[in-house]
Amino acid sequence: MNRRNPRTPALLLLAALALPAAAAAQATRAGELRYPPLPAFAIPQPERVVLDNGMVVMLLEDHELPLVEATALVRAGSRFDPAGKVGLAGLGAAVMRTGGTQSMPGDALDDALESRAAVIELGANEDSVRAVLSSLKADFPQVLRTFADVLRRPAFDAGKLEVARNRAIAEVSRQNDDAQGILFREFNKVVYGGDSPYARTETYATLGNIQRDDLVAWHRASFHPDRIVLGLVGDFQRDEALRLIREAFGDWPRGPQWKPAEAAFRQQPSPGVYYVEKDDVTQSYVLMGHLGLRVNDPDYYALEVLNQALSGSFASRLIANVRTRKGLAYAVFGGVGSEWDHPGVSSLFVSTKTETTGAGIDALLEEARNVTAQPFSADEVDRAKQSLLNSFVFRFDTRREVLGRQLLLEYYGYPLDWLARYRSGVESVTLEQVRKASRHLRPEEFSILVVGPSEGMDKPLTSFGKVTPIDVALPPPPSPGRR
Amino acid sequence: MNRNAVSRWALALLLLAGIAGAAPAQDLKSFEQKTKVHKLANGWTFIIVERPTAPVFSFATIADVGSAQEVPGITGLAHMFEHMAFKGTPNIGSKDYAAEKKALEALETAYQAWQTERLSARPDAKKMESLRADFQARQKEAAGFVAQNEFDDLLTREGGTGMNASTGADVTSYFYSLPANKVELFAFLESERFAHPVFREFYEERDVVHEERRMSYESQPIGRLVEQFTTTAFQYHPYQQPGIGSPSDLDAISITDAEQFFQTYYVPSNLITAVVGDVHAETLIPILEKYFGRIPARPAPAPLRTVEPPQIAERTVVLEDPAQPFYIEGYHKPAETHPDQPVYDAIDDILSTGRTSRLYRSLVRDKKLAIDVESFSGYPGEKYPNLWAVLAVPAFGITNQQVQAALRQEVERLKTEDVTDEELAKFKARSKADLVRSLRSNQGLAAELAGYQRLYGDWRELFRYIDRLDRVTKADIRRVANATFQAPNRTVAMIVNRDSKAPAPPAPATPGGKNSGN
Repeated sequence: MNRRNPRTPALLLLAALALPAAAAAQATRAGELRYPPLPAFAIPQPERVVLDNGMVVMLLEDHELPLVEATALVRAGSRFDPAGKVGLAGLGAAVMRTGGTQSMPGDALDDALESRAAVIELGANEDSVRAVLSSLKADFPQVLRTFADVLRRPAFDAGKLEVARNRAIAEVSRQNDDAQGILFREFNKVVYGGDSPYARTETYATLGNIQRDDLVAWHRASFHPDRIVLGLVGDFQRDEALRLIREAFGDWPRGPQWKPAEAAFRQQPSPGVYYVEKDDVTQSYVLMGHLGLRVNDPDYYALEVLNQALSGSFASRLIANVRTRKGLAYAVFGGVGSEWDHPGVSSLFVSTKTETTGAGIDALLEEARNVTAQPFSADEVDRAKQSLLNSFVFRFDTRREVLGRQLLLEYYGYPLDWLARYRSGVESVTLEQVRKASRHLRPEEFSILVVGPSEGMDKPLTSFGKVTPIDVALPPPPSPGRR
Repeated sequence: MNRNAVSRWALALLLLAGIAGAAPAQDLKSFEQKTKVHKLANGWTFIIVERPTAPVFSFATIADVGSAQEVPGITGLAHMFEHMAFKGTPNIGSKDYAAEKKALEALETAYQAWQTERLSARPDAKKMESLRADFQARQKEAAGFVAQNEFDDLLTREGGTGMNASTGADVTSYFYSLPANKVELFAFLESERFAHPVFREFYEERDVVHEERRMSYESQPIGRLVEQFTTTAFQYHPYQQPGIGSPSDLDAISITDAEQFFQTYYVPSNLITAVVGDVHAETLIPILEKYFGRIPARPAPAPLRTVEPPQIAERTVVLEDPAQPFYIEGYHKPAETHPDQPVYDAIDDILSTGRTSRLYRSLVRDKKLAIDVESFSGYPGEKYPNLWAVLAVPAFGITNQQVQAALRQEVERLKTEDVTDEELAKFKARSKADLVRSLRSNQGLAAELAGYQRLYGDWRELFRYIDRLDRVTKADIRRVANATFQAPNRTVAMIVNRDSKAPAPPAPATPGGKNSGN
């Protein structure tokens, strides 16, 4: 039973303070259980070092297993792709890895890594290119040198560009096979606007426009040590690791002064009903919502509690009402969304059989309206806070996880003690604050997107507002024989 | 235990890792020091691993039962039971259990009366309507006693994370993590639900599961294809049945069925729980005795009788579908515990793991016929003889036939030519590193240990398996490839795109490497 409920954070050391250890008799009710205090456990703090060329390095030793992992975040995400060449960062990241370096062809690089059971992979999202390394401790010095080579001196082999393009084109051709894929893709376009870097997607045309020279120019413009945050976690000694990093990256000169371009997006809501016809499915897929917030919003902690109470557990409103009580769906979730450096998307999701499409939409709308109409109770807020605080320890129970988060904080310019702030932030959230934060969910501004069959719905979609059909048909494909 | 072999592996890892002195955390010897097996008198086996790296622990409970234990009429029940394991007990999830119990009995009587009419030879529409109305009234009444989602709430409030479960073809797993001071909560909740589960909200949850079927099987092209593939590849063995259940069975399975399934298969000797994290065997075992020990022993379920006979004719399923092409082929192979399993793992690795694999280099890199090729063994389950299968995602404009021809070339080559020393060495190095990587998370480790304990009767097999992989030879690979990759042993399933069965119209070629797009 997929709970679609990725993380439930936590901790309530307070309640457990000085109670006796496990009761002697077997409890027959959970209420009879008493818990000893959780042992003190500090959040591990990575060390932060800035190289002379501006590259930020974060290190956290972890000697349990003979492994080392590295992650580099580079300010070269797809939001910077030129409009006619959407897919540039994606192809660029792929070919940096597969195309080899100026000293080692891609195939030899594959052989060298795989014979050591080592991994180097690159990928792009809107915000960044992420390069990861994983190797056994003994191989780390060599694999790190290769990693630096990939980042600094990629060969952009033309043949490997065609392999990557081949994949990207096949993916475009398959993009309407999956109803949920259509739903999330098109909803982003409705909310951010179809041309926004946060919503636009690759097409046959934009992929066809990308030449090897574009990749070379993209790399030259974006890959500089002062636009990279590098994290290291695992079985290494700090001094030795820093020496290896300086050796591999230290002579890389800084890039030119640079201010990232703002990525545009639609500021106004676009309420109404949007519909994509898809007839080979037995459910309708529904997403409704509007633009959300940034993580640094003053209401962020109150919204964490609100989201938990709305959709964070089986006892939360959405799951208890729409799934458990009404049996309308297997998958239902939602909340106020936030991103690190631009507004996220606030939305509610349900997938339900075609015959209950209307009932599903009504159920979501009702829950969205009830966030203000039937304010959260003290018990709901208390339960949500307890759950976030009691599970808080799982946010730093592995060193990999800690390092991963610290890298993001550094990359997006958030304070490095964010996690400790999070705990006290959630602790201090009041019932009043949660109720006030409910204004961030505005059903009257909702765009409602439905992907599903055109026949068999219990209620016409027009009963929810003016319906705008969205045509997702693909343009004529490129000729398969052209390469 | 094969001590020699084990220390050879430990030594190899030491060399690999370049560690001198300190005992590595990843070999069997060091695991034996921190791992305890405790079997209760009722037969429930516990594996406890002390790994105090953070004040948390995870567990996995594995029930040696899955959809292979279903028969026609109750398909989907193993999975349905898994959902019901979150619905509580007399002590969890009820506002008034004595009254609820009566209401649930009345509900089931009403349901059985309605179903008897519905499934009769000549159902009477009027009678059915009134029986259905009666059932719905009882359903409403029973719902009134439910303290909804209390099981989940107790856990979530106390910081439980990752609560989930999964049902496989021959195994069902339940797992979550808690802060280390909540060990007794785990013991209470986990023993409660397998001591006396209450099947409240059964028929509401059945609707949820039916939605799951629509979402995962019916509305996804690959879900549709895989269902056709599996039901075709097996003719007798219950691996044939899709775990989600047939739509008509999902409309018919009942609380009575679930009760019977529970009584038969959820007996303590059929359950294994591994607990990994900041726990201490010495204090944990008395708690386990107290909570889990109260469950009475019951007879072990009868073993499955049916064995899939050797396949004598190739089978092919073609699904005409709006989706783009997709290709699967599978071959019958022995169970996971068969001595040749490591050879199948070697074949998988050499054929399809990573960018140096044969299928990637041939189909993806050089011929550009596919964008993904992946092979795997142990489908749909591991306990009984199962399938080795390979799936391929054809590149744009490429047919299944083109992919099939290229794929067969590589599969055939394994029968006639030895693999190279480099390929074999790479496979062995990767398997060792993968084992080390698999030890990183409490949750993953708990699942692995309980899984090996179930299949082999000994968690140590997780570590010994590396030795078995180490002994795989080139001759083994040729022998197993020849025994397996034969046409009469094969099932093929493919999606053919309904709208573009004719080849795409030719467009003017553009010069090499340049794409005009359109």
